[in-house]
Amino acid sequence: MDHITGSVTGVNGNLVSVRLDGSIRKNEVGYVLLGDKRLKGEIIRVGDGVADMQIYEPTNGIMVGDRVEFTGELMSVSLGPGLLTQIYDGLQNPLPELAEKCGFFLERGEYLDPIPNKVWAFTPKVRPGDTVRPGDTIGTVPEGMFTHRIMVPFGLSDTDWTVESVVSAGTYNVRDEIAVIRDGKGNREPLTMVFTWPIKKPITCYKQRLRPDETLITKIRCIDTFLPVAKGGTFCVPGPFGAGKTVLQHMEAKNADVDIVIIAACGERAGEVVEILKEFPELTDPRTGKSLMERTIIICNTSSMPVAAREASVYTSITLAEYYRQMGLSVLMLADSTSRWAQAMREMSGRLEEIPGDEAFPAYLESVIASFYERAGKVMLRSGEVASVTIGGTVSPAGGNFEEPVTQATLKMVGAFHGLSRERSDARKYPAIHPTESWSKYRGVVEQDKVDYARGLLIRSAEINQMMKVVGEEGVSAEDYITYQKGELLDAAYLQQDSFDPIDAACGPERQKRVFAVMYDILTSSFSAEDKKEIRGFFNQLRQLILDWHTIEFETEHFNRQEERIRDFYKSKTSQAV
Amino acid sequence: MQKIYTKIQSIVGNVVSVRASGVRNGDLALVGNSYANVIKLDNDLVYLQVFAGTQGVSTTDPVKFLGKPMMVSYSDHLLGRIFTGSGVPKDNGPALTENMIPIGGPSVNPARRVVPQKMIRTGIPMIDMFNSLVESQKLPIFSVSGEPYNELLARIAMQAEVDIIVLGGMGLKYDDFLFFKDTLEKSGAIGHTVMFIHTASDPTVECTLVPDLSLAVAERFALDGKRVLVLLTDMTNFADAQKETAITMEQVPSNRGYPGDLYSCLASRYEKAVDFDGLGSVTILSVTTMPGDDVTHPVPDNTGYITEGQYYLKGGRIEPFGSLSRLKQNVNGRTRSDHRALMDCMIKLYSAYRESLEKKSMGFLMTEWDEKLLRYGKLFEEKLMDLSVNISLEEALDLGWEILADCFEPNETGLKSNLLRERWPKNLNID
Repeated sequence: MDHITGSVTGVNGNLVSVRLDGSIRKNEVGYVLLGDKRLKGEIIRVGDGVADMQIYEPTNGIMVGDRVEFTGELMSVSLGPGLLTQIYDGLQNPLPELAEKCGFFLERGEYLDPIPNKVWAFTPKVRPGDTVRPGDTIGTVPEGMFTHRIMVPFGLSDTDWTVESVVSAGTYNVRDEIAVIRDGKGNREPLTMVFTWPIKKPITCYKQRLRPDETLITKIRCIDTFLPVAKGGTFCVPGPFGAGKTVLQHMEAKNADVDIVIIAACGERAGEVVEILKEFPELTDPRTGKSLMERTIIICNTSSMPVAAREASVYTSITLAEYYRQMGLSVLMLADSTSRWAQAMREMSGRLEEIPGDEAFPAYLESVIASFYERAGKVMLRSGEVASVTIGGTVSPAGGNFEEPVTQATLKMVGAFHGLSRERSDARKYPAIHPTESWSKYRGVVEQDKVDYARGLLIRSAEINQMMKVVGEEGVSAEDYITYQKGELLDAAYLQQDSFDPIDAACGPERQKRVFAVMYDILTSSFSAEDKKEIRGFFNQLRQLILDWHTIEFETEHFNRQEERIRDFYKSKTSQAV
Repeated sequence: MQKIYTKIQSIVGNVVSVRASGVRNGDLALVGNSYANVIKLDNDLVYLQVFAGTQGVSTTDPVKFLGKPMMVSYSDHLLGRIFTGSGVPKDNGPALTENMIPIGGPSVNPARRVVPQKMIRTGIPMIDMFNSLVESQKLPIFSVSGEPYNELLARIAMQAEVDIIVLGGMGLKYDDFLFFKDTLEKSGAIGHTVMFIHTASDPTVECTLVPDLSLAVAERFALDGKRVLVLLTDMTNFADAQKETAITMEQVPSNRGYPGDLYSCLASRYEKAVDFDGLGSVTILSVTTMPGDDVTHPVPDNTGYITEGQYYLKGGRIEPFGSLSRLKQNVNGRTRSDHRALMDCMIKLYSAYRESLEKKSMGFLMTEWDEKLLRYGKLFEEKLMDLSVNISLEEALDLGWEILADCFEPNETGLKSNLLRERWPKNLNID
């Protein structure tokens, strides 16, 4: 097969111009040949016989006249069994294997096979003569605790294919031929357990898209009750530095009620990835009792790694998520941070000398963000199974100001907004999600009208607090003061959670319903007291009781006793129910 | 055979262009007598950034390509020496040419990083006790012009328990350079120090090279098993130099004139902080001055997203609020049993002191409790916060207990009874 080649005519940062000697496709992958090294890049613009490539590696040492080889393929990832538990860079290079080969540093031009060279116990699900379409299952292999489906490559033409042959059950290498299929025109296609898929193209081998209407449990009270996320939905977490975005995402990755979690560490600190790498293998997934790492894939392109690969890393992650969705699984993809991804686009746009938009971000920023978040979704597969991909992205707005383009473009697209506030994080309130400014369009674990009532009270309480800053505690009525205290109680004893306490760190949905019922009862009760000191004392005591309650294991005798104690305590002060 | 080109096509800002072939991106060249590096190739046009600036460069000056990228010499001979941002000696010593290593090398594989666990003692209670510095941490000192941040850096350089210190000065006033030099010489710390100094009057391009030179050298010392502390002052000048270069290269500015890749620029330097498993480590302590004391200014803002916390230097003291070492939890549980509890307690009481102080300034009546807090706050500021205090962590903790015992009854501190029984310096009358 003859490759189209070209020669370098210019270098500007990570943008390399190449004169072509044949036809190429936009977004095709090519390699600049630099001695014995091959530097990977992607064509992002073609004009006048010259293609501009963004190179995913440092471009030092490239010379005018260097040879470039094109592959004829778009930027793709390899899909197959063995992806779980892996740590990849943005181009799906396995980092631990790279470390074994190259030592401490990331040498450029090293590309390793992302799919481990292993044998799997294959069980066929089709027989010769059966009709299959792209995305249909040929057979399965057990991958950790999941049944990994070996599917007809999504990229084949979307027609009926006939199974010509398929191997019998047994162990095969991941690259062994396991089946041959043939279409009506006589095209013959041998299949292995691995195939590739271009990362910028959504996988759509399903029957239909469904509305995201099932709550994704994160075991964080503030989210599940007040600002819920849905399976197949999207949410974003903007916040200034130090507000706890990454910590919150790690908690979500640990506790989320999904089958698979894909973490895209995109342009952030390497140290934070190390924390996951060291911590997750030690933690057990409460749903399966296995190590958390068995359901996790980490795509890690930290801030000092090449910028162009940072842009690819987000797409690599979402493609892997979509792949596992095709197996009937629910997948959560967490991107930290989408601002760094947007900045990577800005850098490239600047090099291409495109006309800049707001804050020099490219004009297509919004549409790119929109089409990325649109890749989330709950779908019905052709088999009738329901599966989902949920996307959660953090945003790091410059100066903590949410008016900037990336935050605004993201807010337009997502179904839930968890805005972190500097005031709350400075006051050591965890999670620092602002309860009244954030919003969600999804359904949570408790009744919506009750949540709305609690939210209204929170807003009122904040207003009274503002008022008291001017007129002092003496200046407000006892009734208002009680409302204020109720808001504070809701904040301190329900919205906040102690992430260091093993029990309080993960609060299940049933428990949330129980606790919220008590909380709602307190919020709607009226209390007869005039003296502010007495009121304050009462609420302080109540808060202490509930905080203690949070640290008691659910559905135990002790738990029920504490609930009784709390109810008895506040009932003693209730004047009458409203 | 090296070819010499004598026809410079254009001179814009610090960048000259010349028609040449066979030139590699990033290579070093000599324009006249000044070093320059290749920053852009466009067919046979080669763009060179001249380190010493282009003032006085003639269109017929000779341009000689050296066929290698920018390098710096690495050996123990570096210790005690001072260099400029181009790596040329600034101290009348001999130029070093042996064992040249490239600068701006590849980044460390995240899979090979380890969780930082080792504390660096500095003898400054506000750091050791309240926001411990950890090996391989990257921490900026956020400050404003006029604050004694360079004095603080010099003190840390003298007192920190590390093997090697690399000082990178960017846009330093000449006086400040002399101050660093004299202080380190007097204390003897110069023996294990390397300095790369760009003073305010030196060419801008050299300013952008200082962090790369410092970190390349630091990394090699760390690979040789040394614990290295890199001090960079002032990173805002570095960012401004980047801005100047970007603007002259006609790049589209993103925020207040800074280039769109400011974050990546800063991150690729700060991320050089690392603990090589089984070998040495690189720790970065930098100064970021905030123009107009504005933390949302692009430089401190981007820095905050990259670094693992920050020290706020304000009014000549490290502020306990706003200062944060994100890695302190990794180490302060293993220093002394009372470290964490005492730290939390003292900060809470200091915060209460601030409230009382505010009440006092507004003319409210002071209660007995307020008076106690005021006394405590004063002692705290004098004995622990003052930058001239130089005591070990253990001494600082003991001193903390003394201050508490001096001002409060044991039950007013909110500390657990067993801890009080163990550490309270006076007679206890609790059950």
